[in-house]
Amino acid sequence: MDFNDTPEQAKFRATCREWLEANAQLKADKVHMNVESSLENHLKTAKEWQQKKYDAGWAMLHWPKEFGGIEASPIERIIWGQEEAKFNVPGGIFEIGLGMCGPVMMQYSTEEQKNRYLAPMAQGKEIWCQLFSEPAAGSDVAGLRSKAEKDGDDWIINGQKVWTSGAHYSDFGILVVRHDPDLAKHKGLTFFFVDMKSPGITVKPIKQITGQSGSGSGFNEVYFDDVRIPDSQRLGEIGDGWKVAITTLMNERLAVGDARGADIEEALTLSKTKDDAGETLIKNDAVRERLADWFCDANGLKYTKFRTISALSKGEAPGPEASITKIVSANKLQSIGNFGIDSGDMAGMLIDDDSGMSSFQGAWLGAPGLRIAGGTDEILRNVIAERVLGLPQDPRADKGLAFKDIPTKA
Amino acid sequence: MNLDFSDDQKYLQEEARKFFEKEGGLGNARNVMDQSQDADHELWNKIVELGWTAIRVPEAYEGLGLGHLELCVVAEELGRSLAPVPFASSVYFFTEALIKYASEDTKKELLPKLVTGEVVGTYGIAEDSHQATEANIQVNASADKLNGTKIAVPDAGMASHMIVVAKSSQGIELRLVDLQDSSIIVTPQKNIDTSKSFYKVEFNNTPSTLLGQSGEGWNYIQHLLDQAAVLFAFEQVGGSQAALDMAKAYSLERFAFGRQIGSYQAIKHKLADMYIAITLAKSNCYYGAWALSSESSELSLAAATARVSATKAFQLCSKENIQTHGGNGFTWEYDCHLFYKRSKVLSVLLGSEATWKEKLVQNLEKTNTLVKE
Repeated sequence: MDFNDTPEQAKFRATCREWLEANAQLKADKVHMNVESSLENHLKTAKEWQQKKYDAGWAMLHWPKEFGGIEASPIERIIWGQEEAKFNVPGGIFEIGLGMCGPVMMQYSTEEQKNRYLAPMAQGKEIWCQLFSEPAAGSDVAGLRSKAEKDGDDWIINGQKVWTSGAHYSDFGILVVRHDPDLAKHKGLTFFFVDMKSPGITVKPIKQITGQSGSGSGFNEVYFDDVRIPDSQRLGEIGDGWKVAITTLMNERLAVGDARGADIEEALTLSKTKDDAGETLIKNDAVRERLADWFCDANGLKYTKFRTISALSKGEAPGPEASITKIVSANKLQSIGNFGIDSGDMAGMLIDDDSGMSSFQGAWLGAPGLRIAGGTDEILRNVIAERVLGLPQDPRADKGLAFKDIPTKA
Repeated sequence: MNLDFSDDQKYLQEEARKFFEKEGGLGNARNVMDQSQDADHELWNKIVELGWTAIRVPEAYEGLGLGHLELCVVAEELGRSLAPVPFASSVYFFTEALIKYASEDTKKELLPKLVTGEVVGTYGIAEDSHQATEANIQVNASADKLNGTKIAVPDAGMASHMIVVAKSSQGIELRLVDLQDSSIIVTPQKNIDTSKSFYKVEFNNTPSTLLGQSGEGWNYIQHLLDQAAVLFAFEQVGGSQAALDMAKAYSLERFAFGRQIGSYQAIKHKLADMYIAITLAKSNCYYGAWALSSESSELSLAAATARVSATKAFQLCSKENIQTHGGNGFTWEYDCHLFYKRSKVLSVLLGSEATWKEKLVQNLEKTNTLVKE
């Protein structure tokens, strides 16, 4: 039992580190909230950084060599991620493309399409998004109802997508739609990729409870009005949309990790420095008990991650333990955010950049979204119960019905 | 990064699991309960024959000279099967105290006998219904004589020797006593988990031997408690997993309203929460195991974290296992109560959850670097 790299891993880490030091700046300190720069500036620096990484071979480590990757092992991706995270570099723009859209294109598109799309994706020249969720299809995403109708060699798409990260600055997107409502829910779906500049597509940023909209990788609604997609942009067979989507969603579940933000460190620092009636908060028994609980959760998650990395490091498949990460971290974030605001008493609600309260307010406002995005707490509990513990699925009221006959309203 | 047990250690764990299954699993704890025994002596003898009491004893004293990680994997299996034996008292506590603090003569005399099972050890800390502190220990050591009373002493009926936390004019001391001495009165105390036995032990001018330095006893006992907390946490994780497995099996076989109860989200989410608690506890145990085996200065923090996390997990899993079983879970016949009772006894045996949370936070107050990666 140790926390050391193997000699090969240490060598790989040193290579990562050397390149990063030559090309980026170390973070002075842990930064939780990105300082808001304009979207254009953020995109520009993100694209430049991506191109730089591409030129040096760091852009998409896990991709096959034929598409410009180095077929890095999972542990090498983790090492690169750990090292890159120590540097002040832009992120959050290309993850969906490189993590989900790229692999789907590799598996299902034609040679010609692979040659056309994969390199610009990896170079950061073209940004991709994922168009799955709909207003009436969230956790039950296979219940989506955007329509695809065949018209000669084209398909005509009508409907609405929602919660599409980065749609407002994306060049392309992957899309699941319903080509036949007479078939059962999962059978009537077909998968495409689409040019986001196509006539008939309207992108509207969603204003979130944080008050933000469209900043960073913000969410959008995407409307399709008679959008024409050539059949050549279909990925997989007609009716295979669910199968293709599942492959992509598996990648999303891997990509969605910790809920980042105020954590036990911030709670502890606050408790040691902030006073209440002349005594630091940490002297309060109620605070002490909560610190102990958060530490057990934070430390438990940290070493859960280490167990996963240890398995990968030995070339073994990791156990299912990583499935607890988001549910535990998002709830802890909400609880710590709440604690921080409470610590300010009546002033806790006031927004004042100098009060030290903003990271707790940010955590408290952002946490409800993190408990939903990438699988709600409830869906994740179902996933643990069904896939890890092997319990049966709930009986489904829509089983065996044609999609058009599935009850939707009382 | 290798936060995992070695193949040899995993093999030992596998063997331990098979051993307890073959020897009757939970049936042993149930027999001890139903027949009002103090422990399962036959099971204990077999454990001694397997060499598990020799794991930590150095080779110079006829032991195996292995590390703490081997104990961790065995502890998890003891916990899973609720084995009614004095392993924790004798191995996690008594043996470690001798290895660490006893004189060469004492080691030569007792360690080989711990290996063969001729000596079984235990320990006494508590004196009344308050948390034991450096200030409130009353058992008195004067010259080589001990006077006073310890309560809730585990396995004292079976044990031949005992470590006693006592006060002297020099401060707190650890004293070693031979329980066969005629000055000692050992009286069984009823407790909520009758698969375990606890005793009141009275000393009346009882001869005793000082372990280590006089006045250092409180530091010694804290260190021994930290070490034992990691091993107890592995037992608690083993018990938690067994309770979850039992709840899961029942939720698959029991039908209500025409379907398996395990297909209801109310049950699924309950079991998922048990899995989450176990996973966190287990990962904290690995951290504890690392700190224990590497003699890290983080041991105190790691032990408290593993202990609190595992205590929470076992209490959750054992109570929700009963709930999943409905009325059956409240019967003597079903095994659910065995886990429920053991989880409570383990949660107070080394000091309460509140005590360990306090210890955890005291460690956090001292440190500046935390969950950093």
